[in-house]
Amino acid sequence: MKEQEAIAHPQARVNDFVARFANVNGTGSASANFLFAKAIFRMGIPVTPKNIFPSNIQGLPTWYEVRVSEKGYLGRREGIDLLVAVNAQSMKQDIESVHPGGYLMYDNTKKLHTDMIRGDIHYLGIPMMEMANENYSNPRQRQLFKNIIYVGALSVLLNIEFEVLETLLKEQFAGKEKLIAPNVKALQLGMNYAREHFDYPLDFHLERRNLIKDKILVDGNTACGLGAVYGGATVMAWYPITPSTSVAEAFEKFASKYRIDPETGKKNYAVVQAEDELAAMGMVIGANWNGARSLTATSGPGVSLMNEFIGLAYFAEVPAVLVDVQRAGPSTGMPTRTQQSDITIAAYASHGDSKHPLLFPSTPKECFEMTATSFDLADRLQTPIILMTDLDLGMNDHMSEPFTWDAEKKYDRGKVLNREELEAMGRFGRYLDNEGDGIPYRTYPGTHPSKGAFTTRGTSRDEYAVYTENSEAYVRNMKRLQTKWETAKKIMPEPHLYQEENRQEIGMLFFGTSTYSSEEAKDLLAEKGIHLDAIRIKAFPFGEATETFIQSHKLVFVIEQNRDGQLRSLIINEMQTNPAKLAPVLNYDGMPITADDIASQITNYLKQKTAVAHDLSETFI
Amino acid sequence: MTYLKPLFRHPKLPKNKLGYTLKEYEGSISTLCAGCGHDSISATIVQACYELDIEPHLVAKISGIGCSSKTPAYFLGNSHGFNSVHGRMPSVATGANMANKNLVYFGVSGDGDTASIGMGQFVHAIRRNLNMVYIVMNNGCYGLTKGQDSATADVGSKSKAGSINPFQPVDLASLAVELGATFVAQSFSGDKQQLVPLIKAGIQHKGLAFINVMSPCVTFNNNPGSTKSYDYVREHMQATGTLDFVPEEKPIHAEYEEGTGTAVSLHDGSEMKLHKLAPDWDPEDRVSAANAIQQARLKDEILTGLLYINTEYGDLHDIIDTSDTPLNTMKENTLCPGTEKLDTINAGFR
Repeated sequence: MKEQEAIAHPQARVNDFVARFANVNGTGSASANFLFAKAIFRMGIPVTPKNIFPSNIQGLPTWYEVRVSEKGYLGRREGIDLLVAVNAQSMKQDIESVHPGGYLMYDNTKKLHTDMIRGDIHYLGIPMMEMANENYSNPRQRQLFKNIIYVGALSVLLNIEFEVLETLLKEQFAGKEKLIAPNVKALQLGMNYAREHFDYPLDFHLERRNLIKDKILVDGNTACGLGAVYGGATVMAWYPITPSTSVAEAFEKFASKYRIDPETGKKNYAVVQAEDELAAMGMVIGANWNGARSLTATSGPGVSLMNEFIGLAYFAEVPAVLVDVQRAGPSTGMPTRTQQSDITIAAYASHGDSKHPLLFPSTPKECFEMTATSFDLADRLQTPIILMTDLDLGMNDHMSEPFTWDAEKKYDRGKVLNREELEAMGRFGRYLDNEGDGIPYRTYPGTHPSKGAFTTRGTSRDEYAVYTENSEAYVRNMKRLQTKWETAKKIMPEPHLYQEENRQEIGMLFFGTSTYSSEEAKDLLAEKGIHLDAIRIKAFPFGEATETFIQSHKLVFVIEQNRDGQLRSLIINEMQTNPAKLAPVLNYDGMPITADDIASQITNYLKQKTAVAHDLSETFI
Repeated sequence: MTYLKPLFRHPKLPKNKLGYTLKEYEGSISTLCAGCGHDSISATIVQACYELDIEPHLVAKISGIGCSSKTPAYFLGNSHGFNSVHGRMPSVATGANMANKNLVYFGVSGDGDTASIGMGQFVHAIRRNLNMVYIVMNNGCYGLTKGQDSATADVGSKSKAGSINPFQPVDLASLAVELGATFVAQSFSGDKQQLVPLIKAGIQHKGLAFINVMSPCVTFNNNPGSTKSYDYVREHMQATGTLDFVPEEKPIHAEYEEGTGTAVSLHDGSEMKLHKLAPDWDPEDRVSAANAIQQARLKDEILTGLLYINTEYGDLHDIIDTSDTPLNTMKENTLCPGTEKLDTINAGFR
């Protein structure tokens, strides 16, 4: 490797690098890449894998990015240290993306074209295709094992323990044991080649740690599906849409395992694949109206289609749970990239005066818990609850605290009258505010032979659900719904404050998947002497703690992944905050926001402001 | 339009097996136009439920938007009703039905609500064979928005304003047969004798019972030249046969001429007896039923009665194999897998 001597080597780093795999969709690379990431996780080292995939099943470029961070930062980081380039289509662009001093691993079965040669990176050529062809006869196997060969080579270059990889393969192919040996062989082919041809380990590499403890590596959609099973959902109605499809699939998978009647073998749940998102939401409303816990999962376009029904549920006061796995823009293509851009449409979905409680999970554990909790909230508040997750959280594996469940927990079904209660009472009034919290009592169909029945409508009814177009009755009802909204503020999850008391003049506010990089940016800025207080929002409507945080800072950076600063607008609108006080920090290119980006946006903002006026207090008040 | 419902009822009103009189099956006062076909259909539903000894509170009435969709308030006042959004009754009914398989479900819709905005949901409710009675109160126009043509208006039908409809009609009964509906009937709001047994049979049928009822709009589509007027429908009705509904408990052994009667057994053991008028038509043969409807159309006839029935096919609960216990009655002990299972699940992600 004489010619490489001239190129600068990055400083030796342990457990701190970004590796990217450039593959072709549909070539079996996903499981090889996951094997790589999972092995690092098993070595006790914090790892964040991310899939960057096209709207396509076979043939288009796809990338898998793995960040390794001894410090436990789980956000995306810019600067690729090692690129495994096995896609000719994107090769040029891939080579350009490598950080100077970084490494490019590629298949040198065919010679690399001269315009692919950069003077400032290291090349690790491995004849992957040739090796696969020599050792395997089946064409599909040749393609699949090419991927395992590079994992083998990487294990030598980066110090991944062979035993860990071997165990993972054994687990993966439990029940299909004859597949283990050829996989192990491919690993060894790669390992041997790397040992014979390269200096190893690389200057950045891995060392076993005990930083994972009891954490799990799982995607948010799986966690949402499981949360719905634990939360008591019995009816799942959905329509396929990336990136939410795997929520419904996970629900069905776990339900088919844990929700089978032991005597009859029949299902204690129903999954209906609807004809569209409108129908899916209609089914959810029908099921909840009839006393079953029911949910749907969709993404932005689905939320658009569900708008009319969401409004109906708001006015008719029917519980509903909607998981919105947000993605970029309409149509196809960019929608396989991530964003937090449905905040406005979800908060104010539908016609008329309507608004809806939102939940913002930021980890798989929270996806699990908040999905389960959303059924209690929906039943308690008799209104739709929208869980705002996104493609990054939903479809990528995240290191997370394990799922927990309180064995004593009882579902909170809210204010529902049973037959005895109806029997004992006078006239039932579906929309009477008996307790002053704006939440009326409801009855399920079929409860009592002569009491408690009523016709559910959107509007145009009095406190006893009798049809009326009387304006005063309408206004009374709308005011009661406003009271209910105030009640919601008190029962939605509290935000997380990163400091016991607010000490700084400047704060940062974030939610969902912006959390990982925001936390890291907070540390990066602190290293530069810029200290910020921080708050993580977990729900809308915002409660008192959020209001206090904003009031007690002169400037608050609102970090989110959309163009228009949608959460910022929501804060301004709902809390009458002075817009000048809220500085937007945005990213909307479809890739998860990075800490460097946040830190530099904040630094630049502060530089500009201080250039105009030296006194912060004059600028921001 | 009736403003007041008489409070007085004859003290000796007959009672059904449950001890209820017809009064227990009535709803609130209709706000539809006097003479509206829809009110007659409401009365028919009341009669059918009364005669079948159905507990009124064990019925759920779901509708979309439109004149027809207002009617659930006007029958079965002791049942829960849901006046939902335009064209989406089938999805709400689907969710409700999934939650509790033990109620009787009436889905009430109109021709606009089903044949236009709700066409997609109509189609898919049929595909799933949802266990419900799906009634379309079909008047060929949009009543609540003052008489625009609907998708079921016939080519050449004249509106009240004098315009002629140039578009092909959606024939809901044909479509339902084509889509694989397991119970397809057609009737006329003015023919209570035919409609009551049809609704009773529809209730007992396990699966989607589609009943398309011609129900003239007295205000906007009852003029000469309209093919949905009282006069036109009466003149062009062609009954396929008469139908007796025979509940399991009290079989009626009527004498019919040999070869003219067809008995169809329903899921709960009750039986329907069909007395054919059309000789070449077999209500258990889909092709024959489709053919009969098309033949009638060519002759400008409206074929009424039970057009097609299939009792072999299970409903949605059977298809997806849900528990016998209604899902909405299940509690934590059945629904929540518990902490130990969660430990195993966590271990699987390490």
